[in-house]
Amino acid sequence: MISTIFRRALYSLPIALAVSLFCFLLVHIAPGDPINAILPPDAPADVIAQVKESYGLDKPLPVQFGIWLFHILQGDLGRSLATGRDIWPDLHSALANTLVLALASAAIGFPLGTLFGSVAGAFRGTWIDRLAVGIAVAGVSVPHYWLGMVMVVIFSVILNWLPSMGASPDGSGAWALDWEHLSHLVLPAITLSVIPMGIVTRTLRGIVGDILNQDFITTLRGKGLKRGGLMLHVVKNAAPQALAVMGLQLGYLMGGSILVETVFAWPGTGLLLNNAIFQRDIPVLQSTILVLSMFFVGLNLAVDLAQALLDPRMRR
Amino acid sequence: MATATLKTSRAQGYWDGVLKRLKRDKLTLFCAGVLLLMLIVMIAAPYVAPHSPYQGSMIRRLKPIGFPGYPLGTDELGRDMVTRLIYGGRLSWTLGISPVAIAFAIGGTLGIIAGFAGGWLGMLIMRVTDVFYAFPSVLLAVAISGALGAGIFNAVLALTLVFIPPIIRVAESVTTSVRVLDYVESARASGAGAFTIVRVHVLPNVLGPIFVYATNLISVSMILASGLSFLGLGTKPPEPEWGLMLNTLRTAIYNQPLVAMLPGLCIFTTSICFNMVSDGLRSAMDVKS
Repeated sequence: MISTIFRRALYSLPIALAVSLFCFLLVHIAPGDPINAILPPDAPADVIAQVKESYGLDKPLPVQFGIWLFHILQGDLGRSLATGRDIWPDLHSALANTLVLALASAAIGFPLGTLFGSVAGAFRGTWIDRLAVGIAVAGVSVPHYWLGMVMVVIFSVILNWLPSMGASPDGSGAWALDWEHLSHLVLPAITLSVIPMGIVTRTLRGIVGDILNQDFITTLRGKGLKRGGLMLHVVKNAAPQALAVMGLQLGYLMGGSILVETVFAWPGTGLLLNNAIFQRDIPVLQSTILVLSMFFVGLNLAVDLAQALLDPRMRR
Repeated sequence: MATATLKTSRAQGYWDGVLKRLKRDKLTLFCAGVLLLMLIVMIAAPYVAPHSPYQGSMIRRLKPIGFPGYPLGTDELGRDMVTRLIYGGRLSWTLGISPVAIAFAIGGTLGIIAGFAGGWLGMLIMRVTDVFYAFPSVLLAVAISGALGAGIFNAVLALTLVFIPPIIRVAESVTTSVRVLDYVESARASGAGAFTIVRVHVLPNVLGPIFVYATNLISVSMILASGLSFLGLGTKPPEPEWGLMLNTLRTAIYNQPLVAMLPGLCIFTTSICFNMVSDGLRSAMDVKS
């Protein structure tokens, strides 16, 4: 197992490096001189010279990448073009908010998806199955930014039950665990949960259906094992794959919340990205994407390891 | 994907069977019909649209559904919603389908090369693919089009890059499973060149599954493409596009919520129909079921 951990971790290293290379290149695929993407247009000449020096913009690209990576590894993500502030503090609080939203959506979407998927898989071909599949297809086909607007119309405009904007009553980004704050979380979390719900349903339906069709289940049934006992076997066999899908989905929730965050003005990384795009604040765009994708790489690794832990066949 | 091997074992009969199974699948046929109808209306837009998609009027802004002369109401600039939705569909469909089509061509080619050639070339292609898998798809699309700036071309480029890696993976795995089959081996033993083997033996067996997989991506692509426009990264006003219309109508959710929801309903309908057709196509092509 230790060698598995070591090997998987070693394999993620080049991926992480390539991901950071991609993020580094974002500044260079942006139209215009990279210096214009890093500094505001009215920057004084000595600042331009200083930044050019410290980022080594006059050096060849591979060297620049090295310097940039060196800065990043020291925790220096650079400064925002729009605010002139260090990026990390803003990004840090945005990440926390996005994590809260992603976890809340996962807490809604994963259990529901598991329930629908398992029931559908166990009752293949019945009306329950068709209903669950219908919900799953609707879940993955719905433009969630639109669903968010529909939720706002129903629960905020018509019923006036829940707030539609922001993460807290006072409009600050800070988050706390009380009803005022939770009520702001409800609509965005439900909206965002439909995609993982649909995907988990689809996946689990397939897995559970396949497992129930296997010979060992027939044998167990023949030996007189009751439904509860069978369930235990199904869960044990479905867990590694189900876990993998959920892990990836959590990553997608973190990285894919930009649209929902925009609709609900949720002060997370999505809103940060959205503002960065509008202000053409490339350093913020770059850092946010770097941190989110690194999170995704780490999550992938964690999922791999968890799978290996649960299923010895995966350890090779 | 292992079913690819079984498919051509009955050469002519296989596609007849697929067609027969599709004909029995009423839901798939219905969804295909809806899509076809939308396509026809969009192509005939200049003839069927009652008004101009650009010309608005300050005095008839945000009229409700059923307003005389404007059956689906008007938008925030007083433009006819029916017309804008029809013209908007043209752009939304183009933005949604073209990335998948281009990615199908590029990703399919690269995947078949990776699967058939194997070795260092296959390794190289697959490892680069792995890197793109390290990004959640929405994030990747936003990153690329955010850096490139708004515009239709940039949005299509960004989405194409999002869809190439998954198509490569599917194409590679199907091709790998076909490559080791006996008839490919015997073709090789009889002296057929790599190109001939790919053309005669590999392509007919792998294109189907790759195509079905690609159709499955159209639904996601539609949502993402309109999503980019919704964020202001795709089309620019006054161009009608469902995602952008949804964005500009956001301010109207308090006075005309139903009108404001219409573009999203169009995206949803298209997306769910493409999903159903893709699912139907897959199960019709699956000989096991």
